Amino acid sequence: MSEGTPTKKAPYVVPIGPIHPALKEPVQFLFDMEGEVVKKADFAPGQAHRGIEWMGMRRNPIQIIHMTDRICGICGVTHSFAFARAIEQIVDIEVPAHAEYIRVIIAEFERIQSHLLWAGVAAHELGFDTLFYLAWRVREEAMDVIEYITGNRVNYGLIQVGGVRRDITPEQHPTIQKCLDGYRDLLGKMLNLFLKDTTIAIRCKDCGLLSFEEARNLCTVGPTARASGVPKDVRVDYPYSAYGDLDISPILPTAYGGDINGDVYDRIVVRLLEVAQSVEIIETCLKEMPEGPILWEPKLPKLLSACKKAQGEAVGRHEAPRGECLHYVAMDGHEAPAMWKVKASSYSNLHSWIPMLEGEQLADVPIIVASIDPCLSCTDRVAVIRGAKRDLMTKEDLHQLSVEKTRRIQGC
Amino acid sequence: MLSMDILLVTILAAIGLSIIGIALGLILLGIDRRISARMQARIGPPLRQPFIDLKKLLSKENVIPENAIPSLFNAAPIVALASSIVVLLYLPIGSMMPILGGYGDLILVMYLLAVPALAMVAGGFASGSPYATVGAQREMVSMIAYELPLASIVIAVAWLLYSSGVADPFALTSIVANPIWSLVGPLGVVGLIILLLTFAWVSPAELSKIPFDTPEAETELAGGVLVEYSGKNLGLFTVAQGVKTLVMGGLAVAIFFPWNLSPLFGLTGYVALTVDAAFFFAKVILLMILSVTVIRTGLARFRITHVVTLFWVWLGVAGLFGLSLVILDSVLRGWF
Repeated sequence: MSEGTPTKKAPYVVPIGPIHPALKEPVQFLFDMEGEVVKKADFAPGQAHRGIEWMGMRRNPIQIIHMTDRICGICGVTHSFAFARAIEQIVDIEVPAHAEYIRVIIAEFERIQSHLLWAGVAAHELGFDTLFYLAWRVREEAMDVIEYITGNRVNYGLIQVGGVRRDITPEQHPTIQKCLDGYRDLLGKMLNLFLKDTTIAIRCKDCGLLSFEEARNLCTVGPTARASGVPKDVRVDYPYSAYGDLDISPILPTAYGGDINGDVYDRIVVRLLEVAQSVEIIETCLKEMPEGPILWEPKLPKLLSACKKAQGEAVGRHEAPRGECLHYVAMDGHEAPAMWKVKASSYSNLHSWIPMLEGEQLADVPIIVASIDPCLSCTDRVAVIRGAKRDLMTKEDLHQLSVEKTRRIQGC
Repeated sequence: MLSMDILLVTILAAIGLSIIGIALGLILLGIDRRISARMQARIGPPLRQPFIDLKKLLSKENVIPENAIPSLFNAAPIVALASSIVVLLYLPIGSMMPILGGYGDLILVMYLLAVPALAMVAGGFASGSPYATVGAQREMVSMIAYELPLASIVIAVAWLLYSSGVADPFALTSIVANPIWSLVGPLGVVGLIILLLTFAWVSPAELSKIPFDTPEAETELAGGVLVEYSGKNLGLFTVAQGVKTLVMGGLAVAIFFPWNLSPLFGLTGYVALTVDAAFFFAKVILLMILSVTVIRTGLARFRITHVVTLFWVWLGVAGLFGLSLVILDSVLRGWF
C-alpha cells in the first residue's frame, strides 16, 4: 500500500479454489476485486478429470452401465438412465412399460434427495448451519426409500440396458407411500423455513441475477434456466420413458406467486417446488404402473450379443436434478462403443456463473456458485496437459485441431 | 513492606484468576457448542472438547507463511490473549472486587475490549494472504460498526450513576455497588431494557459469531483473519476467544445484573465469595446462551454491508433512544 498505488481502490485478486470450503468439488475461480465487489470473474474447471470415457470405450455397454452409476456421487441414476436410453435406441430395444415406470420413480426420488441435499448445502453456504442439518435430516427419508427399493444408497445399480434390475412389488408400496406423505406434510414447513426467513431473503433476493436472455443465450438447463423464466424441461419438451403418460409442466418461480427475477431466491423456490412435483409424479407412477416384465432380455449373454451386433449412433437424454444430461454413444459392431460422450447438466450451466458473479459482493460468491448446483466430477471430461503444465484450449485451437483431423481423414 | 505484600497478593491473585478465567472461558465455548448442537438436533461434542482441541493445537508447530511478517504474525495471538485476560482482571466476579479495580474504569475496559480485535486485524494483515486481508478489513469495519451502540450503553450507565450522585461513575466497583435498575423510574427501565437488548446484539459481533462472523466466514474466506494461523498461535487465539466470551458475559452481568446471592442468605467470608462466583458464572452462561448461542443457531451470516447498516442505523438508533430515555427519566425525576 505504501508504494504509491495509483488509486485508493486498487483491484486485487482473490483466488477461490481449486480447494476451498465454499466448493464441494474442485474448480478454480479468480476474482478481480474492488473492495468487497467482484469486478471480473473467471473460472477454470477440469480439476476433477478421471478419464471415465476412456475407460468406457474399452468395455461393453453392460459393463459401462455400472460405470455410469459412478460418474456422479449424487445422480446415481441420471447417467445410467441417459446411457441406457442411448444404447436402447441403437440396438432398437423396447423397454417394458413396467420398467419405464420404475425408472421414473427412482429418477424422481433422486431429484428429491438431490434438491434437498442442495438446499442443505445452500443453507451452509449462507452460514445457516441449523437449516443445513435439518434439510439433510429430512433428506434421509428419501435415501432410506432409495435403499429400500434398490438396495443401495449412492450407486443404485438399478438400471440395466433394456429395463431395470429390481422390481417394485405391491408389498413395497406402503413404505414408499409413507415417505411421500411425510414429504407432502413437510413441504409447507420447508417453504416456510427457506422462503420466509429474513436472513435468507436478504442474502438471496436480487443476488446472482441471471436474466431470461442470458439464461437462454448461455443454453442453461434445469432449475437454473427455469428460475430465470425459461420453461425448459426434457421431461416435458421431449417426453421419454413414462414421462409421456404424465401430466407435468416445467416449474417456474411464478408458481410460488412471485415475479421471475432470476436470482438465487428464485432458484430455491424452483427446487423446493420441484420436490413437491416429484412427490406427485412418484405417486401417480405407483398408482398407474402397468404389470409386466422388468427387462427386455433377462439373459445377459443374449443382451450382450444383441448390443455387439448393433451399429449406429444415438443420443440419450434425461432431465437430471440439475438439468438435461446427455449421453452420445456410437456403436460400430464391436463389443465396446466407438464413441461415448457424456455431457452433464452442469456443463451447460457453468458459464452462467460469469454474468451472475460480476458486480456481486465477495460474501455472496459461495451462495451464487452453489446456486446452480454445480456437479463438477460429472462435468469434467477433459484436462489438457502440455509438457508438465496445464493448458487452455481456445476456440481457435479446437477449430485448428478439427481442421487437421478432417484433412487427416480425407488423406487416407 | 505492606505495599510489597499487596503487590505480591495482587500478582498471585492475577495469575490465579487468569488460569481460572481461561478454564471457564473454554468451558463456556464447550457449553456453546453443545447447546448449539442440541438445537440443531445433533449430539454435539463433550463439554471438554475445547480443552482437547487446545491440547492438540498446543502440541503442533506454528506454520508461518512465506510472505508473512513473522514478528507481527506471532505477536498478534499473544496480544489478543493478554488483553482479554487483563479485561478479566478489571471485572468484579460475584462479590469479589476486581483485582485491578483501583487502576482503571469502564472506559479502559472498552479500549481493552478493542485490543483483541485489533490484534486479529494486525495478525490478519501480517499473514499476507488475500483471505486474511479481506477478513482483516471486515474485522475493522465491524469493529467501527459495533462501537457506536456499545458507547451509548457505557454513556447511559455513567450518566445514570453521575446524576444519582455516585462518586466515581465510570468505575466498575461503583457500577456493581449501585445496580442501575434501582436508580431509574419506569421510563428509565424501558430505556435500560433497550440498552440491554442492544448489548445482547453487540456481544456476538464482539465475539465474531454468526451472524456477525463475516471476518472469519468459513464458506467465503476459509477462516478469514485466522486462515494462516495454525498450531500454538491458533491455540492462543482459541483461548483468547474463550476468555473474551467470559469477559463479554461478565461485563453484561456487572452492568445489568450485578446482584449477588450471599446477602440473601446472610453468608460471609469464603463461602460467600464461592457462592457468588458460582452464581456469577451461572449468569454468564445464561446470558451467553441467550445472546450468542441462540442467535448463532437461528440466523444466517450477514454481509458486511448488513452488519454496518444494522449497527449504525438500527442498533445505533436503539442505543441512542435507550440513552435518551434514561436521561429523560433522570431529568424528570430531578424535577419532581
